Amino acid sequence: MPSKSDGEKAPLGLTVSAIGTLLFLHVPLFIIFLYAFTTDEATYSFPLPGMTTKWFGVALHRADLWAALTLSVRVAVVSTFVALILGTLAAAAVYRGNFFGRESISFLLVLPIALPGIVTGIALRSAIGTLDIPFSYWTIVIGHATFCVVVVYNNVLARFRRMSGSQIEASMDLGANSFQTFRYVILPNLGTALLAGGMLAFALSFDEVIVTTFTAGQQSTLPIWIFSQLTRPRDRPVTNVVATFVILITFLPIFFAQRISAQSSDSEGGNK
Amino acid sequence: MGWSAVKLLTILCQNFMDVEYHSRMSIPAIRFENVSRHFGNVKAVDEANLEIRDGEFFSMLGPSGSGKTTCLRMIAGFDRPTLGNIYLYGQDVSNLPPYERDVNTVFQDYALFPHMTVEDNIAYGLMIKRISKTERHKQVDDMLDLVQLPGFGYRKPSQLSGGQRQRVALARALINHPKVLLLDEPLGALDLKLRQQMQVELKAIQKSVGITFIFVTHDQEEALAMSDRIAVFNEGRIQQVGTPSDIYERPASPFVAGFVGTSNLISGEIAKRITGSEEMFSIRPEKIHLDSTNSEPEKDMLCIDGVIRDVVYLGLFTRYLVEIEGGNDLVVVVQNLKTTSMDVLSAKGQKVRLHWHKDHISRVGG
Amino acid sequence: MLNRASTYLYQRPKLILALLLGPPMLYMLVVYIGSLFTLLINSFFYLEEFTGLIVRQFTLRTYLQLFSPTNLGIFGRTAGMAMAVTIADAIIAFPLAYYIARYASPRLKTFLYIAVTLPLWSSYIVRVYAWKLILAKEGIISWFLHLFGLQPVLDGILSIPAIGGSSLSLSPIGMFITFCYIWLPYMIVPIQTALERVPKSLLEASSDLGANAAQTFRNVILPLAFPGVVAGSIFTFSLTLGDFIVPQSLGNSRFFIGQAVYSYQGTAGNIPLAAAMTMGPVVIMVAYLLIARKLGAFDAL
Repeated sequence: MPSKSDGEKAPLGLTVSAIGTLLFLHVPLFIIFLYAFTTDEATYSFPLPGMTTKWFGVALHRADLWAALTLSVRVAVVSTFVALILGTLAAAAVYRGNFFGRESISFLLVLPIALPGIVTGIALRSAIGTLDIPFSYWTIVIGHATFCVVVVYNNVLARFRRMSGSQIEASMDLGANSFQTFRYVILPNLGTALLAGGMLAFALSFDEVIVTTFTAGQQSTLPIWIFSQLTRPRDRPVTNVVATFVILITFLPIFFAQRISAQSSDSEGGNK
Repeated sequence: MGWSAVKLLTILCQNFMDVEYHSRMSIPAIRFENVSRHFGNVKAVDEANLEIRDGEFFSMLGPSGSGKTTCLRMIAGFDRPTLGNIYLYGQDVSNLPPYERDVNTVFQDYALFPHMTVEDNIAYGLMIKRISKTERHKQVDDMLDLVQLPGFGYRKPSQLSGGQRQRVALARALINHPKVLLLDEPLGALDLKLRQQMQVELKAIQKSVGITFIFVTHDQEEALAMSDRIAVFNEGRIQQVGTPSDIYERPASPFVAGFVGTSNLISGEIAKRITGSEEMFSIRPEKIHLDSTNSEPEKDMLCIDGVIRDVVYLGLFTRYLVEIEGGNDLVVVVQNLKTTSMDVLSAKGQKVRLHWHKDHISRVGG
Repeated sequence: MLNRASTYLYQRPKLILALLLGPPMLYMLVVYIGSLFTLLINSFFYLEEFTGLIVRQFTLRTYLQLFSPTNLGIFGRTAGMAMAVTIADAIIAFPLAYYIARYASPRLKTFLYIAVTLPLWSSYIVRVYAWKLILAKEGIISWFLHLFGLQPVLDGILSIPAIGGSSLSLSPIGMFITFCYIWLPYMIVPIQTALERVPKSLLEASSDLGANAAQTFRNVILPLAFPGVVAGSIFTFSLTLGDFIVPQSLGNSRFFIGQAVYSYQGTAGNIPLAAAMTMGPVVIMVAYLLIARKLGAFDAL
């Protein structure tokens, strides 16, 4: 339905339930922010007995938190890096032209995200078990890279398609070989797509918990730490602080990635 | 008298003493030797043989899909011939990548690099050749003057109009002093007035720079206006190569006759009656004179009688549709030098005698 | 010189393709498809109970274990929850989706679209945690109900055997609410997309032919929105089917598929059983996708 320009107003009941649904979607996160300041140490009681910022300080000094955070960041950085390379290569291959099996590439790349996390998780786990590979930082990274690739791939491919192909020909026509063309023409054009894709991949990897629990063995990433708190709550107030922090860390890259993508599609105003 | 003699002598001396000039003159800038380009079963270019001379403004004209752009791309190096060879001043470049050919292209969509300024765009080829920054800057300024965009160096392509972008594309190509400049329908995106202005400018630039221009277009008027010689393409084959006057006055095939301007094609019985041979010939509408049926045909004029079926007054000229004996309809175009619309429109239904000079026909062998 | 290398490649497009496609394909095929393959193979092995070792011989014995009462119960419970969440989300999502499609101005539409997808940008695990807070025994919901004297109602619900539990945050009903919350955006977007595709002229034609608003809704809008509902249900159903985070965090001791898989491969090391169990959701999802395609869901995506 094209939306009205004829001033049709929605029935009251509809508007109320629409607003209700929106509140339902957003209020829970604000509640976490609220609870990060509670003085209550042992329970989640409401109303909050008092407000304090001391838990932020406590969280800052927790060694296990720092370890989890460090692991999450390291994994996310390397997974993003691998995804950037593999995703860009795949996008370039698909963009260049027809070959046998071209349509299946997108399907193959999206599979890790499309199938339920538990399938990917247990599949990797069974491979690790069958091949007797010890759990390590690398088992986590390899798992994360499988679903991060498609995020970069989509962004880069979309950018390739928006780029006018004649630029590459023009560059070669003016005397640049393939490598120079890549450096001076292709890479700058892809720039913000790589940035946006990379940020999305980072957020995806940082937040991931299902596949990670299967590939981490004894290690803890930050989401795994939170999960352990969910099942056996020990440090409620600190967890609130950590949760607030994680929201920001995963929200911000995605937000900026969206802004970058939107910006570059506006300024692509004209190559013709 | 004295001065002209000295001038003449100087020129003659220059000609005789400039050996390189001579030898360059005799080697064609571009030579196609039985060049074909197949895409599976489709013959995009079918056995093209062509010689383009040094310093000429050469156009490749034809409808879309006729193979002209494919030929251009093969000269540039973006495509490889399936069969045959391409020679650039005698050198076989058929297998060389674009960056190893001394040829530059002005693209249909200009292909300017959006992330670089106008100056960086133009200087790109020089930058690749590792020419110093100061030298690049100087040459870019000279180029901007040539294409009449002085001071535009700092701007970005997105800030330019279509006509300006086209000039930057031209500058970017010319600055490298290529042996041949290729232009792929560069004026297609411009509006009429701008296009006509650019046609004049391009021609002037070519004359002053002196290098061979190869120009691809589907617009026959453009080709006629700008070219020293034209190659007419259709369905992958070169139909005819010649000067604009050759192509227009003496089309060699029914296609050329119909594609470049309008023409009347007559063959068979009627042709025999007019010219004595059944071979198909073409006669341009403006070459036909209308006269009364009792007019005497002059020497060297061919004639036939007919009836005016339709008259269209077009301001500058009037277009008549005349049905001649035997059923054909001929298009006749007459400039409205003295007549008014009232006069000509009343001619409908009149019997007329058509005649034209026998040298104005062109046998198209169809 | 680089030029020579470049020309070498330029003249061999197939080589370039291999270099470009090789690394990613190699990675995906070896790591991902390879893992899926080992998963499948493992489901045909079995775990020797006495030694605790996996015997690598082809057998269907592990699959047979799926039919034990415990495991069947797990499947049933999970599928039931998935179904309930799907239906509930469809109902909750519909008003908002309808509002956005029908009554929102283009500017409001962009804003609302961002508002709907925004929760997906924040961390999944944190969003689960949020409900642990909210549903806690002394938490907001409890306080709220206390305010209206509805505490007995809550106690009543919690005492119902299949869906109740010791507290909201440790009960199937708590899980249900959390699931609905988490997957809601996945249901809103496809429904909204499907509704957007209903041309206004159809609604006008319907009222022109004598139908009132409710009838038009039931006979024209609802059927046309249905493919969107099915598309959304693919997400809610499959995501619920495979999830173990929510059951583990908010559930009581009765297992869901995800938890079962997780626990089997964990200390028990019973990968074959975990693998066989995972095949269940895979098969269900494939069947679901085929049916969904028939119902036109893929056009709404």
